[in-house]
Amino acid sequence: MTPRALLAVALLGAALPALAGEIATADRRSGYDFMSPETKAMQDDDTANPAMLSVLDGETLWTTKAGAANKSCNDCHGAVDVSMKGVAARYPAFNAASAAPVDLGQRVNLCRGQHQEAEAFAPESRELLALTALIARQSRGMPITAGGDPRLTPFLARGRELFVQRQGQLNLACANCHDDNWDKHLAGSSITQGQPTGYPIYRLEWQGMGSLQRRLRGCMTGVRAQAFDFDAPDMIALELYLMSRARGMTIDAPAVRP
Amino acid sequence: MAAALVNVPAKARRGAVIEIKTLMSHVMEPGYRHTAAGEVVPRDIITSFTCRFNGAEIFRADLYPAIAANPFLSFFTTASESGKFEFEWIGDNGFVATASAAITVE
Ligand code: HEC
Repeated sequence: MTPRALLAVALLGAALPALAGEIATADRRSGYDFMSPETKAMQDDDTANPAMLSVLDGETLWTTKAGAANKSCNDCHGAVDVSMKGVAARYPAFNAASAAPVDLGQRVNLCRGQHQEAEAFAPESRELLALTALIARQSRGMPITAGGDPRLTPFLARGRELFVQRQGQLNLACANCHDDNWDKHLAGSSITQGQPTGYPIYRLEWQGMGSLQRRLRGCMTGVRAQAFDFDAPDMIALELYLMSRARGMTIDAPAVRP
Repeated sequence: MAAALVNVPAKARRGAVIEIKTLMSHVMEPGYRHTAAGEVVPRDIITSFTCRFNGAEIFRADLYPAIAANPFLSFFTTASESGKFEFEWIGDNGFVATASAAITVE
């Protein structure tokens, strides 16, 4: 390790207190609250929010027949604004077949495989982001309810464990920033609480759409850890913990984030 | 056809100043970036945007590589009569996209 890296680690170790614990319910704030007025305005106007282009895309896919079954999402589910209302607010949800939680993207791909008999969409593909953006939008303004199913208890515990576990060369846990230092800045950026209210998001830094998994992988790379693979069980457990940590907060998907 | 979102008021009073907002999906690849293998990613941008009202051009913009993906353009005009706005985006690799919106002026 170079002297500079050693110094950085020493400074971080000194600056960060021991785990201070969870954020009180009344103090929880969405990433939206940390944004500049300009970025908020971009999200608030559906004709300025670039994530709405992805939603438009999703509307087309929703009614497009696919796979050996030659069925569209609409053929089974009907109008998306009725059938998918509130659905995103309770994902990741327990999937009995695999006896494990699945996130919204995985749930869409289950329908692709089992019900359309079509190939799964790749993680972060245009199609998967478009359909999850469309579905998430139907929960806009509704409270997050994920994590209530008692069968999820062991997965929630695993997610919490991952959240507070130090990792990577910088030896930082998610909680070190997002529970303990969310009111501070890292360089010019707000640290934020890591509340997943708006996914999938249009991130200005990406110049495009991305899922919560992509965002989490970015943070893992940031602390110089090996990022979890897309759809890995630990990734889903972490998503589940984050959603349950935000239970009761309002969905603002598809959001814009810096 | 690439997805576009346009926001034009459906109704306006004669003489009122109205805002028109347009958002077009496009990667706006600047042509200065390299792949991991060192190859230049070819430029692929929108180069021009035009708005016509009842056939007459009322707004035009040239776009350049430093403009972000999914260009958002907003501008103002005066509502003179009822009619139709037509929008056109033209770009590299034969990119052409159009959209339109009607307005009733009272
Ligand atoms: C052949 C019928 C069929 C098709 C086509 C289909 N689904 Fe489904 N979908 C279902 C059924 C049935 C369920 C309930 C879970 C199950 O039994 O698999 C479901 C469940 C879901 C859920 C979870 C709903 C909840 O309340 O938790 C989502 C989200 C979903 N589908 C999205 C889609 C999307 C997006 C498409 C198109 C890409 C699609 N589905 C295509 C039959 C279908």
